[in-house]
Amino acid sequence: MNIVVLVKQVPDTEAQRQLNPDDNTVDRAAVDPVINYIDEFAIEEGLLLKEAHGGEVTILTVGPERATESIRKALSMGADKAIHVTDEALHGSDAIQTAKVIAKALGTIEWDVAVAGSEATDSRSAILPALLAEALGVAQLTQARKVTVDGSTVTIERVTDTGYESVQGSTPAVISVVEKINDPRYPSFKGIMAAKSKPVTTLALSDLGIDAGEAGLANAWTQVVSFENAPPRAAGQTVKDEGNGGGQIADYLASKKLI
Amino acid sequence: MTDALDRLDLLDLDDDLADEDRMLRDTVRKFADDRLRPHIRQWFEDGTLPARELAQEFGALGVLGMHLHGYGCQGAKPSQYGLVSAEIEAVDSGLRSLVSVQGSLAMYAIYAYGSDEQKQRWLPEMAKGNAIGCFGLTEADSGSDPGSMRTRARRDGSDWILNGSKMWITNGSISDVAVVWARTEEGVRGFLVEQGTPGFTTQDVHHKISLRASITSELIMNDVRLPASAELPGAQGLKGPLGCLTEARFGIVCGVVGSARDALASTLDYAGSRTQFGKPIAGFQLTQRKFAEMAVSLQQMQLTARRLGELKDAGRIKPHQVSFGKFANVHAALAICRESRSILGGSGITTEYPVLRHAVNLETVYTYEGTHEVHTLVLGQELTGLDAFR
Repeated sequence: MNIVVLVKQVPDTEAQRQLNPDDNTVDRAAVDPVINYIDEFAIEEGLLLKEAHGGEVTILTVGPERATESIRKALSMGADKAIHVTDEALHGSDAIQTAKVIAKALGTIEWDVAVAGSEATDSRSAILPALLAEALGVAQLTQARKVTVDGSTVTIERVTDTGYESVQGSTPAVISVVEKINDPRYPSFKGIMAAKSKPVTTLALSDLGIDAGEAGLANAWTQVVSFENAPPRAAGQTVKDEGNGGGQIADYLASKKLI
Repeated sequence: MTDALDRLDLLDLDDDLADEDRMLRDTVRKFADDRLRPHIRQWFEDGTLPARELAQEFGALGVLGMHLHGYGCQGAKPSQYGLVSAEIEAVDSGLRSLVSVQGSLAMYAIYAYGSDEQKQRWLPEMAKGNAIGCFGLTEADSGSDPGSMRTRARRDGSDWILNGSKMWITNGSISDVAVVWARTEEGVRGFLVEQGTPGFTTQDVHHKISLRASITSELIMNDVRLPASAELPGAQGLKGPLGCLTEARFGIVCGVVGSARDALASTLDYAGSRTQFGKPIAGFQLTQRKFAEMAVSLQQMQLTARRLGELKDAGRIKPHQVSFGKFANVHAALAICRESRSILGGSGITTEYPVLRHAVNLETVYTYEGTHEVHTLVLGQELTGLDAFR
């Protein structure tokens, strides 16, 4: 089974992230880039599927040149090869445009399942896997906390607010996974050293037959119109314990209908 | 803490790390933060640690014997092993000791002096952490002067009969195989003694106030009968064990950069948030002088470790250079931890902060694998051409 894992490079979640005031896009230079946290679970799931069913794991990343660092990390975890779509014209592309680019890139290889993280920690739109499945006209199996493959049938447990739904589809399929699904491995030293010799195919938009006029900020379907920094956290309410602290806290929680 | 680490890199030493080296380091740093750091206080306070499980986790990561080639080892560069040692010791010297003894003493002894059969049998399982090794050279009455060892091996037909005891042996009681050095009629020889061999017993050392997150044992050999195949064929004389020690000391030179860095970084964080007389104590001149001196010292340690890594990668490191590193770096690390403790005040004496734990650990590191005094004499001999050991 040939597995593609979609990996996005994002600004480090733990750092103070910024938008660029000139064009309202993510300021990638301000903060160290990392693999989107949830994508590490997608990589792990891809590797587990390969271990169970054979085949190859290909990492597919759309992003600037610097995204090679994240691709290397994914390869060091055990993926076999990678495709890196990078083009100046992609700057500022939204989820819809990116889904189209990924769909085209997937057209350059043989694949059975494409696994993604359920959302990215920068944009948090969580819509790309669905858009991609739609663009490809294939099964959409999103928000999975468990994935089972039997021949060409893929069954997932789809997380909902109240429990889970069992959803089934046929390959080729787009799967998105949530953090509950597994425990991502650390890159092994062998993997780190092998990563530099694994093949990475770099593709530009022209290689995918996409016109630069379809990509990028100026042609995006969605736009960030304006942004503001989060307001500083308001000072909390101090409860002074004069023998009735517990009661005061209980009253507070009750007033918020929390108990 | 990441912020403190960035500020401590005054010379931008991080900028020059190769991508692969950085990825190795970051992987081990993350592993250490996720899997080791949350438990280290408890292990230290309990005076024990789940060494078998940890060995397997280290093995899965690829840390054990990582700088050896073949037999399931990674074939990494010594300088990379150095970076990894620092990340592990940033959590605790005891954990780094577990890794050092496995990879640089036990595995290295088999790797450098063992028969192919011994290597095939032990190295792959030791690299995975499924088998644990220890290294028995020091005795209760024979430390800096290993030539005075009393453990003896005598021939009995084609077998060897081993008698004696070894002291202060890291990983001793949990080892599947002990590398034991003994005096024979032909000089010092090394033997592989398997756990469970009749006459071979171990006794853990308790009541330690240093390296508490590490297993320290006595090995006792009472008429232990070993086949000829248990002898390490490549080791002749004291050069054998001393070669292993030079190997392991390199890991210490790099490792203590980690404990010193961790102590200093946590103290820098503390001093920035601890307020006295209406401002953070980091803003007082006396504190800043301490930080300036400690940060410069830390970077000098890192430069020393890096240089020794370069020399070892190039295959031309000399024993006196390793002595330079241990002499300089362990002393400096200990000084940094003690001074950091003074900034932490009362908080510094608990295990809530890692600083005094690192300091008491380093008291052991100062002594083991060649005491500070012995390394002083090695440097003295190199400089003057005169031997002052006796």
